Amino acid sequence: MTRIYVPCDSSALALGADRVALAVAAEAQKRGIEVEVVRNGSRGMLWLEPLVEVETAEGRIGYSNVDDDDVAALFDADLANGGAHEKRLGVVDTLPWLAKQQRLTFARIGITDPLSTDDYVKHGGLEGLRKALETDGDAACEALLESGLRGRGGAAFPAGIKWRTVRAALAPQKYIVCNADEGDSGTFSDRLVMESDPYMLIEGMIIAGIVTRATKGYIYVRSEYPHAIATLNRAIDKARDAGWLGASVLGSDKAFELEVAKGAGSYVCGEETALLESLEGKRGVVRAKPPVPALVGLFGQPTVINNVITLATVPIIFAKGAAFYRDFGMGRSRGTLPFQIAGNVKQGGLVELAFGVTLRELIYEYGGGTASGRPARAAQVGGPLGTYLPESQWDIPMDYEAYAAVGAVVGHGGIVIHDDTSNLADLAQYAMHFCAVESCGKCTPCRIGSTRGVEVIAKIRAGDTSPKQVTLLRDLCDTMVSGSLCAMGGMTPYPVLSALDHFPEDFGLSKKPSQKAA
Amino acid sequence: MVQMPHKHQNQPTGTPDERVARHLKKGASLLAVLHAIQDEAGYIPADLIAPLAQAMSLSRAEVHGVITYYHHFRSEPPARVTVQLCRAEACRSMGTETLAAHIEGHTGCKFDSGHQVDTELETVYCLGQCALSPAMTINGELHARVTPQKFERLYEAARVHASAEDLV
Repeated sequence: MTRIYVPCDSSALALGADRVALAVAAEAQKRGIEVEVVRNGSRGMLWLEPLVEVETAEGRIGYSNVDDDDVAALFDADLANGGAHEKRLGVVDTLPWLAKQQRLTFARIGITDPLSTDDYVKHGGLEGLRKALETDGDAACEALLESGLRGRGGAAFPAGIKWRTVRAALAPQKYIVCNADEGDSGTFSDRLVMESDPYMLIEGMIIAGIVTRATKGYIYVRSEYPHAIATLNRAIDKARDAGWLGASVLGSDKAFELEVAKGAGSYVCGEETALLESLEGKRGVVRAKPPVPALVGLFGQPTVINNVITLATVPIIFAKGAAFYRDFGMGRSRGTLPFQIAGNVKQGGLVELAFGVTLRELIYEYGGGTASGRPARAAQVGGPLGTYLPESQWDIPMDYEAYAAVGAVVGHGGIVIHDDTSNLADLAQYAMHFCAVESCGKCTPCRIGSTRGVEVIAKIRAGDTSPKQVTLLRDLCDTMVSGSLCAMGGMTPYPVLSALDHFPEDFGLSKKPSQKAA
Repeated sequence: MVQMPHKHQNQPTGTPDERVARHLKKGASLLAVLHAIQDEAGYIPADLIAPLAQAMSLSRAEVHGVITYYHHFRSEPPARVTVQLCRAEACRSMGTETLAAHIEGHTGCKFDSGHQVDTELETVYCLGQCALSPAMTINGELHARVTPQKFERLYEAARVHASAEDLV
């Protein structure tokens, strides 16, 4: 029986993978070839999707960008035995793009069937949970601290401190909440976890529950991710059937239950306190901090709220030890980050590497330059609230502190590349517009400032380039940065000011340094 | 937004109270109940707000506030063909604004202006396909690397499909 893999993540589906899977099964049957079609996750080489693989003695041979129309020709070329064809890539594991990566969190992605509990355990799953069950909770928090794992959702807060706080809090019920409201353009690593290796997120959440004595977890997923929601729901059911979840986790005296909550299309619900409000069934309006959610979180109870990647990275830290993870990375940025190369790029996808890699390496060595073939001009790192980096900043190592030193953010490692036809003034105006659309409305700088920001940028772009307007814009940005309740209003100025500082010509302003510093 | 059953769903039966009761589950949040209502009816019918508020011990204002706060919830039935186009940064870098203009020209509709004839065009921010931009959904089905030609083909197919459903 030949195994043929056709990915089932939503990128592959968006390019017709379901039709390909059907065509493969039908064509094999027609030719009397015995084939098992496995719906694996994505390898993260998204530009090659649908990436069909066939198991051979040599390894898994890949065929890229397979359309259902190609399937007959592929069988003619002896697909079942990895035969030659113009779409044949060779052994997928040895492709340099993959082989050069340091996939710790994403070690299994694309290799396994996302919903197979057997696959998961065969590929190292549950090792972390078993260790965590044997470890004292205080020691577990210390281990997490020692690993250096910081919040991968963008804020980079040490996960161990959060867990320690929740563990120490006394309350009748504590919660683990996973922030899967991945609304930032240029990011899809959370989605890939949920669609391609959901058990590692589930395992990470169970570990969090055991360590902090929380018995109930929620995964808050944005409504724009229906495939992720469906996969998670099925995975949770299977995990419960397997005894991983429930009253007795892996036969222990520890209980943990988990459910998926669906968002409803609100960007600001990615902010942790707005997310908690939404999870409680209310409008997603930001809460003032303090108190922090670790002490007063969901339904007023102590709550660990971590991003998908943070929680999904927990199992490998427990399985291999804090030192193993900590030894990757640089400075205070330990471990790896799954970079997401997106936008105008030839080879977009998921590149997991230790901190310290540069944007230039990611754009050219992995990304292969722009999709348009034109020179790359700017890259926005860290989502819609991250700065635009001009080429002069592309050699700064990806490190939270090194980026912060130039006013930029690594965030969750999402990178959107723009070519030389881009207009950064347009993108700056869009940033303000987006903030106006998505602001929760609680604080004035964000609610009103964003609308005023759109107007001022529009005026400048229309030709009113007097210093007065530019000063007004900078002043407005200053108010938003200093006076907003959360990152929505507080960081919208980042893309705006970086566009203004590095690409003034797009605003119709001269490049004189006098117009730079405020 | 994708799983919204589009038109097509049978008109929900029962009085407003019965329809609300059907979707109330123990421990379910207001959002979860609203999702259940919209998944069945395609939108949140106005006559369910009062019974829903009463059943959940909320004010009508609170329910109305939640419905109108979230982009996903609609207060009107969906069009026969709903197009959601991502207009966020990654898709912008790959010409989604040009594509948006083409879509408006081809359909004769405007984005974010509600129902027009049988089509509604909606702006969304990020469908998670940022390495395969531009991305969109048509009647809930996700598509990546969309070109004007690909849009026209998919849109016309969706219209034919919707018409066929009307005849059933």
